[in-house]
Amino acid sequence: MTTSLPDYQTVLAEDVTNWFRAGRIAQFPPGAGATILYGDRQIAVFYFARQNKWYACQNLCPHKLENVLGRGLIGEQDGVPRVACPLHKKTFSLQTGENLNGECPPVAVYPVRIEDDYVYVGFAD
Amino acid sequence: MEKIILIGNGMVGHKFCELFSKHPARQGYELLVFGEEHRPAYDRVHLSEYFANRDAELLSLSPSGWYAEQGIDLRTGSPVVGVDPSAKTVTTSAGVSIAYDHLVLATGSTPFVPPIPGREKKGVFVYRTIEDLDAILDHAETIKTRPNASATVMGGGLLGLEAAKAVMDMGLQSHVIEFAPRLMPRQLDDKGAEVLRDTLVDLGLSIHCQKNTANIGGNGSITHLEFADDTKLDTDMLIISAGIRPRDELARQAGIEVGPRGGIVADNLLRTSAESIYVIGEAALYQQNIYGLVAPGYEMARVALATIMQDAGAKAMPDAIDMSTKLKLIGTDVASFGDAFADSEEVRAIVYHDEVAKTYKRINLSSDGKTLLGGILVGDASDYNMLHQIYANGMPLPPNPEDLILGSRGGEGMATSVLDLPDAAIICSCENVDKGSLCGLLDDGSASSVAELSACTKAGSGCGGCKPILTDLVDRYLKSQGKVVRNVICEHFPYTRQELRDLIVIKGIRTFDEALDLVGNGHGCEKCKPPLASLFATIYMETANPQAVIQDTNDRFLANIQRNGTYSVVPRVAGGEITPAMLIAMGKVAEKYDLYTKITGGQRIDMFGARLEELPFIWEELIAAGFESGHAYGKSLRTVKSCVGSTWCRYGMDEAVGFAIELENRYKGLRSPHKLKGGVSGCIRECAEARGKDFGLIAVEGGYNLYVCGNGGARPRHAELLAGPIDRQTAVLYLDRMLIFYLRTAAPLVRTAAWLEGLEGGIDYLKSVVIDDALGLNAEFEEEMNRLVASYRCEWKEAVETPALRSRFQTFVNSEAADDSLEYVGMRGQKMPTPWS
Repeated sequence: MTTSLPDYQTVLAEDVTNWFRAGRIAQFPPGAGATILYGDRQIAVFYFARQNKWYACQNLCPHKLENVLGRGLIGEQDGVPRVACPLHKKTFSLQTGENLNGECPPVAVYPVRIEDDYVYVGFAD
Repeated sequence: MEKIILIGNGMVGHKFCELFSKHPARQGYELLVFGEEHRPAYDRVHLSEYFANRDAELLSLSPSGWYAEQGIDLRTGSPVVGVDPSAKTVTTSAGVSIAYDHLVLATGSTPFVPPIPGREKKGVFVYRTIEDLDAILDHAETIKTRPNASATVMGGGLLGLEAAKAVMDMGLQSHVIEFAPRLMPRQLDDKGAEVLRDTLVDLGLSIHCQKNTANIGGNGSITHLEFADDTKLDTDMLIISAGIRPRDELARQAGIEVGPRGGIVADNLLRTSAESIYVIGEAALYQQNIYGLVAPGYEMARVALATIMQDAGAKAMPDAIDMSTKLKLIGTDVASFGDAFADSEEVRAIVYHDEVAKTYKRINLSSDGKTLLGGILVGDASDYNMLHQIYANGMPLPPNPEDLILGSRGGEGMATSVLDLPDAAIICSCENVDKGSLCGLLDDGSASSVAELSACTKAGSGCGGCKPILTDLVDRYLKSQGKVVRNVICEHFPYTRQELRDLIVIKGIRTFDEALDLVGNGHGCEKCKPPLASLFATIYMETANPQAVIQDTNDRFLANIQRNGTYSVVPRVAGGEITPAMLIAMGKVAEKYDLYTKITGGQRIDMFGARLEELPFIWEELIAAGFESGHAYGKSLRTVKSCVGSTWCRYGMDEAVGFAIELENRYKGLRSPHKLKGGVSGCIRECAEARGKDFGLIAVEGGYNLYVCGNGGARPRHAELLAGPIDRQTAVLYLDRMLIFYLRTAAPLVRTAAWLEGLEGGIDYLKSVVIDDALGLNAEFEEEMNRLVASYRCEWKEAVETPALRSRFQTFVNSEAADDSLEYVGMRGQKMPTPWS
């Protein structure tokens, strides 16, 4: 990539200053991820329907810097929710963002809140 | 430093070098080897494999440079012309004389060519060296275009039948003529030979016994054979395989004792009549016999080396040489061991003969029924290894010895297990590896698989005949230690794919969530979702649409994700046949969406650089132009590649393109444990590279040869002959059965070649299932395939026409914007993604 990459920083729920309305629940596929645009940032939002849990992380895979994580398979191991990158199957914890099967830098993760019928992702800027 | 000169660089000569290189005392010796042929030693046991690939490297017994690395001086293309035992020198063809301290003759043998008039004619060959095979192949090429081109093999013995199989594989009508009243007269009795003959005739070979060839007819080139009984046989080629004659001319000249009918006389330490001269292999006359098998030859190499090196406790040759053999022929097995013909009051024979299945088994027992003396197996030699072990080790027999060939009818399986063998039992006779040392390696963890045992001991690397018993040993050993590794899917589904399949079928499970609830744990992961999706697809012919979120990356969006996260699109072009109008239509779509285009290896066109949200629009246009999904993204049938076949090609034997299209359309959409590729070639030139596919069909005289379980890729493997020549309908039937069997039993992401490797009994077992219905499941397999074929639909059509399915092709949930982070650079008039830094 030649252009500068957007800045992705993990946001904790208590630091959220802006709960961004990403869309209606029905717009997100149960049991998988989808991608939203927040300014110039691409954020992958995951709906773990069986557990009724939501997670979000940067769409950019830190391995080869491509915007693909939202299209990866999701799952859990030992109770840790994770996403597997569709390009090279690098897996990342959706709780901490750490790479679970390699040496990649972590991904930024974001809190998700459900209110009424809407999905909100929390940002600090 | 003492000098050993070895004359001969065949298999036995090479074995001598190999043993020498590992001998603890080798530093005190130098070894000089003369080979008459121009290439270093190669594997003559598997010589016929050369016909399939014409790659001499594959037969080589050592990597290039091995001799030099071992400090062995090998001179190929360099015959020795004289030996002087009193001066202890040899004379080379250049006239140089070289002194030795020990001389080993491993001069081998030469094919016996009976003195029949006309034997010098063009088209008459022997079958021994790679050069012989090259000459045969070249000649076959020139005669193949003749109508009803045929080849005849003289000699219905072990080697002759192998040669006949090879010429039949070349697509020639094959005849075998044998002087004796039956085939394989040295190994089989009348009844066994008759069963073998029937089987071979069924396969399309013509067998002529009791034929004494009087003349080889033809003007310069062979055109026919004339027999002493005034009959005639038209043929375009003759391969003589009428036995061997030991190469003893050097010994004769040197005054070394030879037998009345040839062969250099050896004692039980392989010493000849001349001091410090030894003989090993087919040139040796030991106990008044010549031994044309590799195992006794290797044993001779061991004994001779130990004698020369004066090893403490060196063993002499056994008094009786075990001439047991197992031979794999076209579609049948033949084996004989021990005293196969034993025929006296002292002997009880148990015979089992199934005329329908064409199997014949005979075992000879001592009159008290306690000892196995020998036997014959035709058609089904799966009991050979065990029977041979019982015979060779004099093991006690079960109370009902007929169980040995009929199987125990108490439900216990084979009466004797490989684990019951004594530790001294020789498992691999080529490499002289006993059961005790194999179990030792398994015990201390040095090896835990057949491949590892083979790497440690070379067991199984010679004739390969012991591989089934090696596999059995490893399996049973690991089982006995409770070490069986089950290939379970993941923590959410602690089952193998096959077990999971059964559970889904029995419980009627339709969705991933249901599967988790009924037979799984937790919530699933990226490891179990795709295999489950594959199972739903093969059980219910479910497309990748209804449960898109459990599909692997590519299946979820019905396209192949590329380096920058965009996709490539591959419409089906069955058999690689496409009209100009369809080509133009595809070109227009590629142009409109600015897609990079390239021809794939599977004879179709790949269009790269489509963004996620563009996919349904692209497909709408492709579908309107008459295209359908090519499933290039799926673990499913990809393409059936074809050559142009008889419609245009002047060599074509059948309409390969039409058959490829038929097969591709039959199996399209079929999801499997891994991708599936097919090929159809219109003649044995094999332009479609069908043997590099999961299934390959090659048109030959009388139909098609069906090959299965090959692949290209990182570990290329040629497909193996399942059946042939068979007609198209039979080929489809066998393929249906084989594919369903694979779909049901393979682990996830295991291609057919690896699946076959893991299948106990290998290709023979697969044949028994697919052809002989050994599992009794063929009707079910066929029904299942027909159901899958009937429920095919284009999943792209389904996806673009159903709004709920189409909505997933969206880059951003909250924006119509395109992904502006994608960057391209130009390349050769097209585009490519900006390279990764």
